[in-house]
Amino acid sequence: MWEYTDKVKEHFFNPQNVGEITDPDGIGEVGSLACGDALKLTFKLGKDGRIADVKFKTFGCASAIASSSALTEIIKGMTLEQAAKVTNKDIADFLGGLPEQKMHCSVMGREALEAAIENYRGGDKKKRELEGTVVCTCFGVTEKEIERVIQDNCLTTVEQVTNYCKAGGGCGGCKGNIEKIIQRIQGSKAKMAATAAKQPPKLTNIQKIQLIQQIINEQIRPALRADGGDIELIDVEGNKVKVALRGMCAKCNVAEFTMKDVVEARLKEFVSKDIYVEEHKE
Amino acid sequence: MKTVYFDNNATTQVAEEVLEEIMPFFCELYGNPSSMHTFGGQIGQKIRHARQQTASLLGCDSSEILFTSGGTESDNAAIIGTMAALPNRRKIITTRVEHPAVLTVCREMANRGYTVVELGVDKSGRLDMAELETQLDDNTALVTIMYANNETGNLFPVENIARLVSSKGIIFHTDAVQAVGKIPLDLSNSAIDLLSISGHKLHAPKGVGVLYVKKGTRLAPFMLGGHQEAGRRAGTENVPGIIGLGKACELAAKNMGEENDRVRKLRDKLENALLKNCLGARLNGDRDNRLPNTTNISFECIEGESILLMLDKFGICASSGSACTSGSLEPSHVLRAMGIPFTAAHGSIRFSLSRYNTEQEVDLTIEKMPGIVKRLRELSPFVDK
Repeated sequence: MWEYTDKVKEHFFNPQNVGEITDPDGIGEVGSLACGDALKLTFKLGKDGRIADVKFKTFGCASAIASSSALTEIIKGMTLEQAAKVTNKDIADFLGGLPEQKMHCSVMGREALEAAIENYRGGDKKKRELEGTVVCTCFGVTEKEIERVIQDNCLTTVEQVTNYCKAGGGCGGCKGNIEKIIQRIQGSKAKMAATAAKQPPKLTNIQKIQLIQQIINEQIRPALRADGGDIELIDVEGNKVKVALRGMCAKCNVAEFTMKDVVEARLKEFVSKDIYVEEHKE
Repeated sequence: MKTVYFDNNATTQVAEEVLEEIMPFFCELYGNPSSMHTFGGQIGQKIRHARQQTASLLGCDSSEILFTSGGTESDNAAIIGTMAALPNRRKIITTRVEHPAVLTVCREMANRGYTVVELGVDKSGRLDMAELETQLDDNTALVTIMYANNETGNLFPVENIARLVSSKGIIFHTDAVQAVGKIPLDLSNSAIDLLSISGHKLHAPKGVGVLYVKKGTRLAPFMLGGHQEAGRRAGTENVPGIIGLGKACELAAKNMGEENDRVRKLRDKLENALLKNCLGARLNGDRDNRLPNTTNISFECIEGESILLMLDKFGICASSGSACTSGSLEPSHVLRAMGIPFTAAHGSIRFSLSRYNTEQEVDLTIEKMPGIVKRLRELSPFVDK
């Protein structure tokens, strides 16, 4: 059971500004049915350039609905310049806080607002398009969005990033990349994950094989499993790592890509730069 | 406000009769059954009685009953214990819809280098027996397939599977946590080798369970220490729990037939009314082969946690397979394995009944649900006007 504040419950059971403005000045739509939550925000400007009316429709849990309702209350009467400065933290604070794992609901509110403002300024673009590289393919989260939540909320761990924008919450295959983004932004503040030792010490052969197995188990296999595949470590000879792809991966026509860009890249990163991977043919 | 408890697949009320039976074992009969004195030794006799009560419900011998700390321990002990006892076989077969107490263990075994095959299910949640048969080979040590699914209530043809599996000399384990006490089981003529039970799903307290181990089944002990449970499960017995479970099994054996008919009627009434009166409602699971107490219904375009919170306002307890309630970001692995579209998976609600539910409770839920669904649909951007 989630510990929701009274304010969250109030906005969930009696949400404000529900609906859709028929002839809006700006529309913002984020999220999808697949992701489990979605928000459509519409607003109308008054003659003074301030937000005169704003309405929302939300598919999602209690905190998603409450965040949407809170957002509309916050921005009503603001100029677009003021509204553009609203952060997800403002939404969460307005509600007296959200459970850590529900912070992504407040981020969805901010994203919908941004999209609606952009829609007003940019003309007819309705759906917010993904900008930049997609880091988390499960939830379609871009590098830019991850950077934004890290900066807005001073995040230092991958788990927090997942709570705030869902990135890394699916197959988990992008956790290494999220870790890198955190480190780039937060520098020494970032807490290093136990397995993500950047400077691996000199390893004995046994230790190296164990580490390779561990990286395959923890970082590579979950990503392949998400697509119905699997991987098996066959042998290690010096820096040559022999693996076999199983399940869907074995039949996959981008298997070569998987080998180089996923398996080899991970092992190079976490075990040794000199590692190279070969596919074991039976 | 009165609590309307429709979440009996999560846990159940301890039966009054069970509580009464347990009470003396805290302050009066608190001895250790392993002790040499009469004060402790007499407890051993009580445990023997509980073991007998449990065995009668299952139609097995009392020596085949191993008391554990619950369903999760029983599943862990069965899987890890079998693989340790059969070092020359390296393959486990299971399904994608198992409870995490099985699925997580199997995936951990895969990380340790075992081959694990997870069989898929069709859109009603049914297994393909032919696919299972082709997977059975000389390397397979264990097949573990649940009796009844906790989310949908689906029943697998476990007896048939057990016969097929054991005809190939492979061990068969079933997680029967949701089945025992709800439907009749008879292990006297069964090919099942290992079977897990959890006490708190059948009106016994939490923290006690059973692993049924068919005579002659090789199993390495999971918990090491003292000589309890004939050396197969160390640790001082959870005496009140075991006594309670024995009593709960006796009650289940006595009342099952009659109660299940009543529970099934209540479930059907609830289900039919919700499917008829709620917009966008669809049933998940195998209508013809399932537990009498469970119904899993998806409400399209709205989200499960929101439904649960609104039900909670009326004191009605249910559960959901939506991402938001699972603590993860993805909806139930069972519904995903069945290929239930995301439009429906996020809005799935499970109602699971017990013998303590009444028709008035069902009527209250039938009265409240359509309004809740309508309200959330008004909020949803995916519902066209």
